[in-house]
Amino acid sequence: MIWLGIDTANAPLSVAIVKDGQVVAEIVQNIKVTHSVGAMPAVEELFKKAQMKPAQIDAVAVSEGPGSYTGVRIGVTIAKTLAWTLKKPLVGISSLQALAANAKMFDGVICPLFDARRQHVYAAAYRGDKLEEVIGDHHDYIDGLLETLQALDEKVLFIGTDIDVFWDRIKEILGDKAIRASYTLDLPRAAELVALAEKRELPSVEAVHHFVPQYRRIAEAEANWIKEQKKVAE
Amino acid sequence: MSRYILAIETSCDETAASIIKDGTEIISNVVSSQIDSHKRFGGVVPEIASRHHVEQITIVIEECLIQAGMEPTDLAAVAVTEGPGLVGALLIGINAAKAFAFAHGLPLIPVHHIAGHIYANALVQPMEFPLLALVVSGGHTELVYMKEHGSFELIGETRDDAAGEAYDKVARVLNLPYPGGPHIDRLAHEAQEAVPFPRVWLEEDSYDFSFSGLKSAVINYKHNLDQRGEEIIPAQVAKGFQDSVVEVLTAKTVRAAREYSVKQVIAAGGVSANKGLRNALEEAFANEGIPFYVPPLKLCTDNAAMIGAAGFYMYEAGVKGNMSMNGKPGMELESWVK
Repeated sequence: MIWLGIDTANAPLSVAIVKDGQVVAEIVQNIKVTHSVGAMPAVEELFKKAQMKPAQIDAVAVSEGPGSYTGVRIGVTIAKTLAWTLKKPLVGISSLQALAANAKMFDGVICPLFDARRQHVYAAAYRGDKLEEVIGDHHDYIDGLLETLQALDEKVLFIGTDIDVFWDRIKEILGDKAIRASYTLDLPRAAELVALAEKRELPSVEAVHHFVPQYRRIAEAEANWIKEQKKVAE
Repeated sequence: MSRYILAIETSCDETAASIIKDGTEIISNVVSSQIDSHKRFGGVVPEIASRHHVEQITIVIEECLIQAGMEPTDLAAVAVTEGPGLVGALLIGINAAKAFAFAHGLPLIPVHHIAGHIYANALVQPMEFPLLALVVSGGHTELVYMKEHGSFELIGETRDDAAGEAYDKVARVLNLPYPGGPHIDRLAHEAQEAVPFPRVWLEEDSYDFSFSGLKSAVINYKHNLDQRGEEIIPAQVAKGFQDSVVEVLTAKTVRAAREYSVKQVIAAGGVSANKGLRNALEEAFANEGIPFYVPPLKLCTDNAAMIGAAGFYMYEAGVKGNMSMNGKPGMELESWVK
């Protein structure tokens, strides 16, 4: 079984080919190249390194979000197109869970988060090496998230390149309960994405067409429109 | 041997794919419009457009292959709109095109959206050079001179609003639904009299356009009547506005066609579907004795067939993109022959 994994949901990029439970090749980078320019060359390079042809893969795993809207869509569009045209199943994995997987040996709560601007974050919380969900993927004020985590009254490991943006606030609220993961664990790895996808039941090839990103937030124009409708109704 | 190009277009609010044979024949042409989703916002919302494209893209490409009865192995290349357009929307088509091309080892051809609109005409009758193209749409108002395939010289363009943009804004003033162009066109034909609005000619020898002053004149006209407690007659306003736009577009196109001694004049872009404009151009060029063509309606609005037509001539000229190709929202129309 040969898997292709793709994660472009946030600024870092990772792609990997995993064959029968072994990582054949993996690219992990965090450079100032937009995914629109960098993602497909990375996929191309990955296949070259692995000495494989696209038609050899058996399934595709993609980071389905949340994260940068455009970043998520680039990864999902590439994954959808490859899976559909090669007639292979596509499995979507939460970008937060894929990042948390880097720290699955941690004994306690793992909190991956992404900066969603204006003091907001995309975040979740998981526990143990099975990454059981403690708090599901969501969009929240940083303070709202920290309040929820404080109520758990446990050690929380924070992971991700955006942690530094919020670290002072995290320490202020959670004090010694908050632990910063090593920066070496901050970049999501497409091989972890595949490892999570392997545990899922494979969807049908036909389901690829209906695969959509998990933005965890409705578009601003839509939110405003709904507000307007409510006003009109009142 | 015939060559088949798969073309993909997602620069605005249509997810489109097409297969074109030898740059001239449409084998299949699929367009999934999002217009109903954007209507409630009164215009295209970029983020919503991007979300719809990612939902539709593989469905549209598959439908295009099924209608053509073709497999990826039958194709010679994949052409895709590189720009201009909404960047987030462009990126869906571009990344799908790249992934498809990579999966099947096909060359990738980056196509300019306006070159596509012009080449929509190649799907109807052969292009004859030198040629003059009037490109009119929601985002563009341009006069383009072509001395041969792949050669584009911009001789005039709008300095402010595109013609289609002015149509949409005036439609809003008249409380017409989005998109406003077809409604104004219809109303204008219902009116006998027209409210007189100015014609903006700019400098005497200029082929540039300006429509924001005309749009303001319409707004002021309504405002003045409102102040006096009088009602406007929408059909007469529509006719006055359309007469002004059509007269300026037609006169400048005729003058350019004469000066450049062209063998063919073509209209392209969404606004070239406008009946008032089509009729005026047809009449003017019948008088001039210069062949004038405008593509059928479904090839005037955004579609992928036109991208496949332009893409074929680029393919023939050896123009190729690569996997690091990016979306170019403000892309200039550049010649691919030197």
